[in-house]
Amino acid sequence: MNPVVKIILQRLALGLLTLFIVSIVIFTAVNMLPGDFAQAILGQGASPEAVEAIRRDLGLDQPPVTRYLQWLGDALRGDLGNSFAQANFSSFVGEGSGGARVTVAQQIAPRFANTMFLAGVTAAIAVPFAVTLGVLAALYRNSAFDKAANVATLTSISSPEFFLAYVLILFLAVLNPVLPSLSNIYADMGFGERLVKTLLPALTLTLVVTAHMMRMTRAAIINLLASPYIEMARLKGIGPMRVIVKHALPNALAPIINVIALNLAYLITGVVVVEVVFVYPGIGQLFVDSVKIRDIPVVQACCLIFAAAYILLNLTADILSIATNPRLRQPK
Amino acid sequence: MVRISRRGLLTSGAAAGVLAASGLPLRAQAKRGGRLVVGLNGANTSDSWDARTHSDIFMNAAGLGTVYDALTEVAADGSLKGELATDWEASSDAKTWTFNLRQGVTFHNGKPFGADDVIESLKMHVGEGVKSAAQPIVSAISEMKKVTDHQVQFVLEQGNADFPYLLSDYHLLMYPAGQIEESIANGIGTGLYKVVSFDPGVRFVGERVDSHYKDGEAGWFDEVEFIAINDITARMNALLTGQVDVITDIDFKTESLLKANPQTSIFEVTGNQHFTFPMLTDVAPFDDVNVRRALKYAVNRQELVDKILLGHGAVGNDHPIGPANQYYFDDLEQTSYDPDQAKFYLKEAGMEGLSVDLSVSNAAFTGATDAAQLYQASAKAAGITINLVQEPADGYWSNVWLKKPWCAAYWSGRPTEDLMFSSAYETGVPWNDTHWDQPRFQELLVKGRTEFDTDKRREIYHEMQKILNEDGGAVIPMYANFVGAKTNKVAHPETIGNVYKVDNARLTERWWMA
Repeated sequence: MNPVVKIILQRLALGLLTLFIVSIVIFTAVNMLPGDFAQAILGQGASPEAVEAIRRDLGLDQPPVTRYLQWLGDALRGDLGNSFAQANFSSFVGEGSGGARVTVAQQIAPRFANTMFLAGVTAAIAVPFAVTLGVLAALYRNSAFDKAANVATLTSISSPEFFLAYVLILFLAVLNPVLPSLSNIYADMGFGERLVKTLLPALTLTLVVTAHMMRMTRAAIINLLASPYIEMARLKGIGPMRVIVKHALPNALAPIINVIALNLAYLITGVVVVEVVFVYPGIGQLFVDSVKIRDIPVVQACCLIFAAAYILLNLTADILSIATNPRLRQPK
Repeated sequence: MVRISRRGLLTSGAAAGVLAASGLPLRAQAKRGGRLVVGLNGANTSDSWDARTHSDIFMNAAGLGTVYDALTEVAADGSLKGELATDWEASSDAKTWTFNLRQGVTFHNGKPFGADDVIESLKMHVGEGVKSAAQPIVSAISEMKKVTDHQVQFVLEQGNADFPYLLSDYHLLMYPAGQIEESIANGIGTGLYKVVSFDPGVRFVGERVDSHYKDGEAGWFDEVEFIAINDITARMNALLTGQVDVITDIDFKTESLLKANPQTSIFEVTGNQHFTFPMLTDVAPFDDVNVRRALKYAVNRQELVDKILLGHGAVGNDHPIGPANQYYFDDLEQTSYDPDQAKFYLKEAGMEGLSVDLSVSNAAFTGATDAAQLYQASAKAAGITINLVQEPADGYWSNVWLKKPWCAAYWSGRPTEDLMFSSAYETGVPWNDTHWDQPRFQELLVKGRTEFDTDKRREIYHEMQKILNEDGGAVIPMYANFVGAKTNKVAHPETIGNVYKVDNARLTERWWMA
């Protein structure tokens, strides 16, 4: 068997195991939080009878282990269930007149698509920007440009996301109204308008993720510049830019790809704050809302997506590092 | 900026004179046209057009305010007028009510509105397993009868003089009979705007219907858009950058930014929403009325209004009836901060050096913990030690409220005195958060329900407010205003409703493009 295929299969199997463990941890953690869905949704109206009724309707009166096994059984068949909020809503209506129930998968799908769109736009801006900046910083290392780039990116990564968001809003939406501060995209919106509305959150996230990728690029390249083959290239009389892009960069790709993959995973799982500030209807806000009301089916599904994103992106990164390294591609 | 509340306007002859002299009729500038964009909080991904589940401003403004109608409507000045009902009359015991329905009204799908729709819509709130918040209102009806196509008769189990008021509730929307499921799925009502698109928890767009029975009185916009902005800072930003025209619930801390911007202004009214510190009056030491009175004198109400509400409210007087109620006792003597009086009542109770626990969390109301700390400091001067018990926000309403002897809570208020009292102060009701039982009060409560004579009702409800003020188990230090902000592109009538946020959630009906 091709060693790469073997690695992929191995990692996917390990990934499934990880997902299983994640689902147990999340289920336990949400159950350990004070209050449950019935109490959270009823708020001030949580009379013991009403709480009891909702718990009974949703099966929350069953012991946690039974509930988890039930959920797991359904999930293995590809059914992530109905969110508690939706199920509770149907029982409001009484039997038979519920209309179409929305499943967790249907609820998450459009939000996830929005999150992927934001992550995609951000990656399209941030990855070329960060790598270029890193290459330039390596080329002009220890110059004023290198120091300025380092200070600027480190400042932006050290600031809280919401602060960066407000600074961008101030400069790009309030003082110079060129971009909208609300990113409320919706289904039947044209691509152009959607892109314009997504730009501010994408720029904010770019500022957050650039430093990491840029510094890794710079460090990986500088690390190689001391190697004999680079010295050889220089002695041949090749210009410094060509040395870096043609000779150093291909060998530095593995660590850079790893860092890019980590940051892409962050763009999918960690952008709640930016979503809230820009009112972007992504999966993060749905996740936080669901944790707040202890809507376990939605929380579970979101966590599985987040975990899967990390697993798949790491796997992709490993495969790409193998693909870019002939020594790993053809093991002896 | 000059802010005049409805009550202030009525009681101040000078202001009324100015208004009259200016010769401005209320709707002088109202005109058709334009697109209103509103940023609202209280939106959820589980939102739908089913009014049984409506509970927050986003769906209230979209449901009752825009797409659907109820039988009756509370006007901006607090009076009751017909919406889908034109007029009504009651038997002398207030048990049998006959409503005449508006003729020539059609739903957005063309179906004419009639008596069957009323009966089926109300029946949605009762039945096996249905958990509607309006259930108590509807289940009090023992019989619903279609007299003609445009007349219905209700027989109540107990007389209730406020019955038409209750039918203005935002849960009691009118759906087309036989098509309720379709109506809930697509939003088919009789309101001024029909649904163009609805994305739960994200966005709603409505388009003005071509002809409507409110033409010339309401519904000035061509199109309205609601954007769900639950985050308060994002809402403020959206208004300041001009992406929305109106927002609900502003952030008081950055209010100065709104004031400094000439393009925006704040609108606010004092309604019935009030913040409370309920004590369980069957638990020592709160079973002693002197202790309760001492604690009422030990809180600096004005300080709470100034520091917790930053001036956007009014002091309360330990009863739940607010300025938006018909029989609000305006002239009732105000209980105010007086350490000496507090000490006097403690002495009466024989409990000098009283020490009590107060359970709080910001889940009770915004700033509840800070309010409790201020209370603690002011009570210290009266020789009372208040130990603050910080409770988790999660499960607060289940584990603390109604359970701990003294805690913090809020009430959004009720449109009628009877509904407020019978929700929280009637003996034995589940939400009686003070376990309070006073014979004279309970007697008056029953008497008030069937009394039609306005003067006698005023007498009854004033006495009840006085009893609560002196004897009741809740310290009610403040009313919180309904506050919102708008840009100058939008105009509203001089008087805006104070029963609920943004003109009783009816801004799409009553406001217009300036």
